[in-house]
Amino acid sequence: MSVEVRGLYAGYGGPDVLAACDLRLDPGEVLGVIGPNGAGKSTLIRVLTRRLSPRSGRLTVDGRPLGRFGRLDLARALAVVPQVPELPAGYSVRDLVAMGRTPHLGLLRPERDEDRRAIERALRVTDTGALAHREATRLSGGERQRVVLARALAQEPRYLLLDEPTNHLYLRYQVEMLAYTRQEVDRGLGALVVLHDLNLAARFCDRLAVLERGRVVAEGAPEAVLSAELVSRVYGTEVDVRSVDAHPTVLPRLPRRMRPPDP
Amino acid sequence: MARVLTRTAVPTTRAVAPVLVSTAALGVVLVAATSVGSVWVGPGALLSAVGDGVRGQVHGTVDTIVWQLRVPRVLLAALVGAALALAGAAFQGVFRNPLADPYLLGAASGAGFGASAVLVLAGSVPWLTRLGVPGAAFVCALATVAAVMVLARRDGGLPAVSLILAGVVLGSSLSAGTSFLMLAARDRAAGILSWLLGSFAFASWERVLSVAPLFLPAAAVLLLAGRALDVMQLGEESAAQLGVPVERVRLALLVAATLATAAAVAVAGVIGFVGLVVPHAVRLAFGPRHVRLLPLAAVWGAIFLVLADLFARTVLAPAELPVGIVTALVGGPFFLLLLRRQHAR
Repeated sequence: MSVEVRGLYAGYGGPDVLAACDLRLDPGEVLGVIGPNGAGKSTLIRVLTRRLSPRSGRLTVDGRPLGRFGRLDLARALAVVPQVPELPAGYSVRDLVAMGRTPHLGLLRPERDEDRRAIERALRVTDTGALAHREATRLSGGERQRVVLARALAQEPRYLLLDEPTNHLYLRYQVEMLAYTRQEVDRGLGALVVLHDLNLAARFCDRLAVLERGRVVAEGAPEAVLSAELVSRVYGTEVDVRSVDAHPTVLPRLPRRMRPPDP
Repeated sequence: MARVLTRTAVPTTRAVAPVLVSTAALGVVLVAATSVGSVWVGPGALLSAVGDGVRGQVHGTVDTIVWQLRVPRVLLAALVGAALALAGAAFQGVFRNPLADPYLLGAASGAGFGASAVLVLAGSVPWLTRLGVPGAAFVCALATVAAVMVLARRDGGLPAVSLILAGVVLGSSLSAGTSFLMLAARDRAAGILSWLLGSFAFASWERVLSVAPLFLPAAAVLLLAGRALDVMQLGEESAAQLGVPVERVRLALLVAATLATAAAVAVAGVIGFVGLVVPHAVRLAFGPRHVRLLPLAAVWGAIFLVLADLFARTVLAPAELPVGIVTALVGGPFFLLLLRRQHAR
């Protein structure tokens, strides 16, 4: 039982954005996908949700090839928290979270009790229940992102794909977002999180996969992956890595040529 | 337990109540509009005249006025108003833009060109004459939108921007054609102009029965698309990730909305602002959820156009205003208000 990616090649007509990419996501773990811009992180999510067809490669979800999933089937297996979620004006938080039930209801069937239970639960575990009747576009950035997470959870997926869910949020909400995700993972969900902030990734992920030019160049526990050499090479800037409470912590160094002369 | 029950009961009643109340209001408006006119027909006389009509025994002046003139006219206005407002709501939902209207893809300019061609060339081109003004308007409206869709196709999809651009470009070419026809046949220009402004003066049972079979299936498709349209407001990516076949739904909705629009324009001319203003007003009053917005837009579109036509035929009686002028007089200022609100955001 896992999401598996083997030998994936994919791109947008030009050179492949993902080339020989291998990856595995298990239930009950948070897998952090890190790497510089253009390394293929968002493309990976687009391929997994079938918005982009791969050029070649084997993709399976719980042993079943991705191509063999029906549209609603796939949406019941994988849910996405997009990078720039669009929240239409005028809809209440509950309306938006209820849309997460679409994969279970199709386009015509009315809500049943089990749907209402899933919606209530999604609201509860993301602490958005009190906001249920508020208009979502009037909420703060952190609250809005929780609503989007609640919508994804209402899908009752087996795997959650989060594409830079902490973008544009200030520290408290970044931490909250990952904490809510962690809480669901501890109940058996598998989560793939694309992150820019390496320290956040080191704190919250069980495993990290480092993407460099479309390939996973390192994979494993954060303390094993985040070495000063690897990060310096992949990100093209010198860093130090220190251990804080057994979590690696990445500290960027001012480039040599910009450093003040030694006294 | 009791709490769970009330919670589940509330959303359903809240969703249905406005539709029921609005439908009742439509009923009242239909009856009132049938009573009012050059001759006032009281409730008793109205009932017996309609009864006679249904049984096919139309006797006397009141029966004729009610059954042959007013009932078809009011029904036609209601059907056209419902069709335009429903199509407008669907267009606004598909394009995620409250300024979209059912004429966005060229249905109006196509219909206008077709109608003008018949009005100018009638008599000299027999097959055009046989097609008639409504037939030509209907065919040209559909052909225009079909051409716009073909022109806008990109890699199997229909991107909104190229649809709108193709619609605007083709629409202005056809409007130029209509203007040319008006200049070329100045004696027919007044007739063309009054058709373009829209009117129910030529309402008949025949026209009611020609619109209904096109309107009903199109309306059924549109009314069933509420949830799809709601989810599509999240953007194409998210809608697709929730399992909505976005391209297919969009195509089905555009085709259904265009059929409804073409049928409406064919029998009543180009009546503006109904498809723009009514869905927007309904959204402001009842919220943006399409599950509710679509049926309410249809009902209020019917109410609005029946009242507009009532005004058009009574205010200067015995002369008539083109109903398009009335809707524009009400709709224009509202539209400007809308634009200002958009800019203020």
